[in-house]
Amino acid sequence: MCFLEHWGGVCVDAGGRVLKNRDMANPAIEIENLTKEYPYGFLNLKKRLSLEGLTLQVEDGEVFGFLGPNGAGKSTTIKCLMRLIFPTKGTARILGKSIEDVSMHQDIGYLPEQPYFYDYLTATELLDYFAQFHGLTANDRKARIEKMLKKVGLESTKKIQLRKYSKGMLQRVGLAQAILHDPKVVVLDEPMSGLDPLGRREVRDIILELKREGRTVLFSTHILSDAEMLCDRVGVIVGGKLRGVGAPGELVGIQSQGMEVLFELGPEGKRPALLSRATQTGERYRVELKEEELYAALDELKLAGARILSVTQIKATLEEFFMGLVEADRAQAAAVEVRGK
Amino acid sequence: MKNVMIVATNTFREAVRDRVLYNLVFFALLMMAAAILVGQISIDIEKSVIISLGLTAISVIGLFIAIFIGVGLVSKEMDKRTLYALLAKPLPRWKFLLGKYFGLLMTLTVNTAAMALGLYAALWVVKHPLVRADGFVLVAVYLILLKLGLIVALAMLFSCFTTPFLAILFTAGIYVSGVYAGDLRVMRVVQMDPGMLKLLRIVSYALPNFENFNVMGAVAHDRGVPGILVGNATLYAIVYGAIVLAIAAVVFSRRNLK
Repeated sequence: MCFLEHWGGVCVDAGGRVLKNRDMANPAIEIENLTKEYPYGFLNLKKRLSLEGLTLQVEDGEVFGFLGPNGAGKSTTIKCLMRLIFPTKGTARILGKSIEDVSMHQDIGYLPEQPYFYDYLTATELLDYFAQFHGLTANDRKARIEKMLKKVGLESTKKIQLRKYSKGMLQRVGLAQAILHDPKVVVLDEPMSGLDPLGRREVRDIILELKREGRTVLFSTHILSDAEMLCDRVGVIVGGKLRGVGAPGELVGIQSQGMEVLFELGPEGKRPALLSRATQTGERYRVELKEEELYAALDELKLAGARILSVTQIKATLEEFFMGLVEADRAQAAAVEVRGK
Repeated sequence: MKNVMIVATNTFREAVRDRVLYNLVFFALLMMAAAILVGQISIDIEKSVIISLGLTAISVIGLFIAIFIGVGLVSKEMDKRTLYALLAKPLPRWKFLLGKYFGLLMTLTVNTAAMALGLYAALWVVKHPLVRADGFVLVAVYLILLKLGLIVALAMLFSCFTTPFLAILFTAGIYVSGVYAGDLRVMRVVQMDPGMLKLLRIVSYALPNFENFNVMGAVAHDRGVPGILVGNATLYAIVYGAIVLAIAAVVFSRRNLK
C-alpha cells in the first residue's frame, strides 16, 4: 500500500517504508538502525523482533509524536533511548551524545509509561530526591519543586505519601520530575494515559509551553487527536517498523481531498440544482464537492440567493491514515502466514 | 560518591518508613524476658547465657533483614518500575547498586547498634556492674555486622539476574554452605576421587567463610578476641564484598528492564 511518495524530507517507498529521515540541520535526537530482539521460549533460543531497523531524527525544538498501536515498538524505542533496555543493533544520540553516555541524562527529562514511584515518599520528597542527581542546590530545588507542583496541580497534596495517590496524580508527579531540572529534551511515554479530560488538557498545555520555551519533546501516544493538536511531526510505527514520518497535515492531506460546503436557502426559496446532491439537516444543507467543482457551485448558490455558511477542505484524519497503515500491516502479516502454510 | 550517598540515604529512609526497624521491639521483648528468666534458671552462667542469646538474636534478625530486604533492594525497584525514572537521571547503574547497598548497610548498622545497646542493658540488669571484658561483646557485634554486609552483597548479586524467590534460596544456601566452608577445607574423605576432592577444596575457598566472623563462643565465655582476627575478618569482608558487588554491578549494568 502506498500513501506517500515524497514529503518533508522523507521518502516512502511503495511498501510504505521510510527510506530517508536524516540529514536534518540540527537534530536533537538521532536514531540509526535501532533494532531490538527479545529472546523467548526454551533456553531463550527463539527471538522475537520488537523493533526493526528504526532510523529517525527529531529536530531541535520540535514536538514529535510517536504513534502506533499497542505493542508496535514505541515504548521499546523510548526504553532503548533511556538505556533501560539495550538495542540488539543500531545506535542513537541525544544532543550529540551517545545514549551510552550517562552524562547525556543531565539534559533529558523522561516520563515512563504508567509511572510508579516510591510509596513512602511525598511528592515533595520524591522531586527533591530526583533533583539532587542534577546537582541543584537545596534552595534552588525548593523553589523549583514549589513551582512545578503548582504547574501540575499537586500543590495541595504535596505532603501526602505517594501510596495514596491516584493513577492520574502519579502521572502528574511523573511529569513534574521529568521537567523539574529544565531539560533540553523531554521524552514522554504515553503522557496522557490515565488522565481525565482536564488532566489531558493540562498536559497538552505543558507540552505546548515546553515547545514555546524551545525544548524538544518526543512523546508516544495512541491518542491521535492529541498528536494532531500538538505535534510538528509524527512518526507512525507498526509492527516494529517505522511506516511514515511527517507533519500531521502532510500525512493526512495526501490521502483524501475534497471540499465541504454548508449553506441555507435564500429568503426567496430558489432551489439550486446542487440541492439534489446535498444532505439536509434542519434548515441547513451540506454538500461534498471536488475541488475543481467548487467555484461553479459557489456561483450557482449565489445566483439562487443561498446563504453560504462555511467552505471547508475535507481531509482524512490522522486516525484514518493510522488505521490504513495498521490494516496494511495486518494484511501483509496474514499474506506471509498463508504463504508460509 | 555523592550520587551513591543520595541513593543510600533514600534507601535508609525507605527501610525506616517500611517499619524494618520494628524488629527492635521483638528484640527488646526477648532481652527483657531473657533477663528475667535467666536469673531464675541458671547459676553463675547468667552472663554467658545472655550474651549467647543476645548475639544469636542479633545475628539471626540481621540475617533475615539482610537476605529478605537485600534481595528486594533491586528486584522490588524493577518489579514496581520505580527504577525507570531513576535510571533516566545522570546516575550510572553501578552507583545505584552501591547506593542501595550502603543504604541497607546503614539500616543494619543502626539496627545492630540498637540491639547491642539492648544486650548491654540486659547484661546490666542480670549482672551489674559491667566490666571491661564485656567490651568484647562490641567486637562480636562488629563481626556480625561484617557478616551481614557480605550477605547483603550476595543477596543483591543474585537478585540482579534471577527471581526474588530464587535469590533468597541462593543466598540462604550460600550462607549455610559458608558456615561450613572451614570444615570443607580440612575435610579428609578417604574414598573420594582425588579430582572431586580438589574441586571440593576449590569450592570451599570460593565460598564465603562465615566462620571468620563467629566469635560468639569466645565472647560469651570471657575470652578475648585477638586484634589480628578482627583485622583479617575486616579485610576478608571488604575484599570478598567488593568482588561480589563488582560482579553484581557488571550483571546489572547489562540487564534489560522489562
